[in-house]
Amino acid sequence: MGILTKKDARLILDPLADDNPITIQVLGICSALAITAELMASIVMAISVLFVLGIGNVVISLMRNIIPSKIRIIVQLIVVATLVIIVDQVLKAFAYELSKTLSVFVGLIITNCIIMGRFEAFALANGPWRSFLDGIGNSLGYGVILIIVGFFRELLGSGTLFGHPVLGDAIEKTGLYATGYENNGFMILPPAALIVVGIIIWVQRSKNPALIEEN
Amino acid sequence: MGLKGKLHEIKQKYKGKKMAPAFNALHTFLYSPDETTHSGSHIRVVDDLKRTMNTVIMALIPVLLFSMFNTGYQHFSAINGFPENFSLMEHFLTWDNFWIGIIKVLPLVVVSYGVGLGVEFLFAVIKGHEVEEGYLVTGMLVPLIVPIDTPLWMLTVAVVFGVVIGKEVFGGTGMNILNPALTIRAFLFFAYPTWMSGDKVWVYDAVNLAGTPDAISGETILGSMAQGKEFSYSVSDMFFGFVPGSVGETSAFLILLGGLFLIFSKIASWRIMVSAVIGSLVMGLMFNQVVELGWITETSKFHGLMDFDFWKHLIVGGLAFGIVYMATDPVTGAQTNKGKWIYGFLIGFLSVMIRVFNPAYPEGVFLAILLMNVFAPTIDHYVIQGNVKRRMKRMKNATIVPKDSGQKAEELKVETV
Repeated sequence: MGILTKKDARLILDPLADDNPITIQVLGICSALAITAELMASIVMAISVLFVLGIGNVVISLMRNIIPSKIRIIVQLIVVATLVIIVDQVLKAFAYELSKTLSVFVGLIITNCIIMGRFEAFALANGPWRSFLDGIGNSLGYGVILIIVGFFRELLGSGTLFGHPVLGDAIEKTGLYATGYENNGFMILPPAALIVVGIIIWVQRSKNPALIEEN
Repeated sequence: MGLKGKLHEIKQKYKGKKMAPAFNALHTFLYSPDETTHSGSHIRVVDDLKRTMNTVIMALIPVLLFSMFNTGYQHFSAINGFPENFSLMEHFLTWDNFWIGIIKVLPLVVVSYGVGLGVEFLFAVIKGHEVEEGYLVTGMLVPLIVPIDTPLWMLTVAVVFGVVIGKEVFGGTGMNILNPALTIRAFLFFAYPTWMSGDKVWVYDAVNLAGTPDAISGETILGSMAQGKEFSYSVSDMFFGFVPGSVGETSAFLILLGGLFLIFSKIASWRIMVSAVIGSLVMGLMFNQVVELGWITETSKFHGLMDFDFWKHLIVGGLAFGIVYMATDPVTGAQTNKGKWIYGFLIGFLSVMIRVFNPAYPEGVFLAILLMNVFAPTIDHYVIQGNVKRRMKRMKNATIVPKDSGQKAEELKVETV
């Protein structure tokens, strides 16, 4: 990390593992449940959040000294909403099918707790460069979990990855399906995402017992 | 040296090692351990967890045997038609029927126990605690609540899921929120719906023969009614269980006997069973009344199931099996006596409601029990809080007279509420 100081590098690396927005801070769960049935949708969602949070954090950080604290939530909302509309329009223009799959959940990035959480917790108190790194780090941490969940849900639920059949043809009964294997319909349902996220949380905490919360 | 001595020696050898729980489990499974506890005072009773579990299994054995005969009976009846003058010895208790039962039901039992106990052993070794007997009953319940043609690999996946996610992540036997057997059933239902409903899976070989000139089928009674079809089973068929359905759920008669056995051996709670029966009868009566009052037209899709005599709900489908063997699970059910009445009543009530209102789930009893499993701690909480409140009030109103005040006993007036 030549260009980054050690302290700055932690801003990116921490959210990837020990301070992950989904598995440790338990933020942004709703979208993780809703759109991870397909891997492509998970990746697009991850990129959208990366864009919104990266730029949003910088904007809020630049304005942090002129925002009256009484109306800061409204200002933050306007910033997110603007960025989300840009993402939505871009998706509609260049990836219409995907934008239909993601449907309302692109708009709901506005309410993604990670974004408001980082604005409040970090961007309001730090300079633009560090805020940018923090935004990138947190959205990458969010994206990693989304992609892991999306991978397993699409593979086990539909037998495809990025829409391509990888286990054989389910109707023609070729490949793995010839042996009697069937797609697991449960993995398509949102509760399956909850269980996959739960298993990730379980594995992560048993690898690093320091993360286990006291209750 | 006998087997017991040898096992004991092995156990001593592996003491403190990683594999110790596995050997200890083998030892305690076959013999009662010869260790004594050293500290504190202990109450010695004969019914430990192992005996409790074994009693439930004993109550399940008649159901299992019946299911083996019924598997064959349904198979041959689907091919040759139901016998005209049905005689128990000639048509039902035959070797042909039993043989089909053995080759279809036994693998389900073996897979259920093998996989489930394997997972338990694995977790015991990893986590370093003793293997618990909790899976003994679950392992017997699972093969009895799945359709006969369930592929064994599906059962394997479901058992691993049910034991790990349903039980081990919560801390093992005694800590689980949901009944593991029903978690397994629910997983199968949502993961592989085509294998859990329809008219093919309930009769052995119907799936293989589908599409051929010899195709056979057997729809469950609830399944036919949900689709508004006619069925030809008499009430005695339903009661004694000569109908298609999940492996062990069909015979209300044997389940009733098993239930009585569990009540008299004081293993299962009679409060839950009775209140669940009342709950389903109340809901059934309400639906019958709706039909009688003409609030619903004949063309309504609910008419068929609403018009079904209220008491018949108890002898079709898995309601009886669920009430006797699943709802009474001491771990996941309500613990307080008052709580048990509420818990059981709602199970019966909701089961019949799901049956009638949701044609996609012709069998609602497993959903109702799982839902009430989740609510059981809440019910208990409010029952206990209510009790605390009542007693606090009683204490507030009591006039407490000091002991050495010289007043007579009659004057010690205590107001109770």
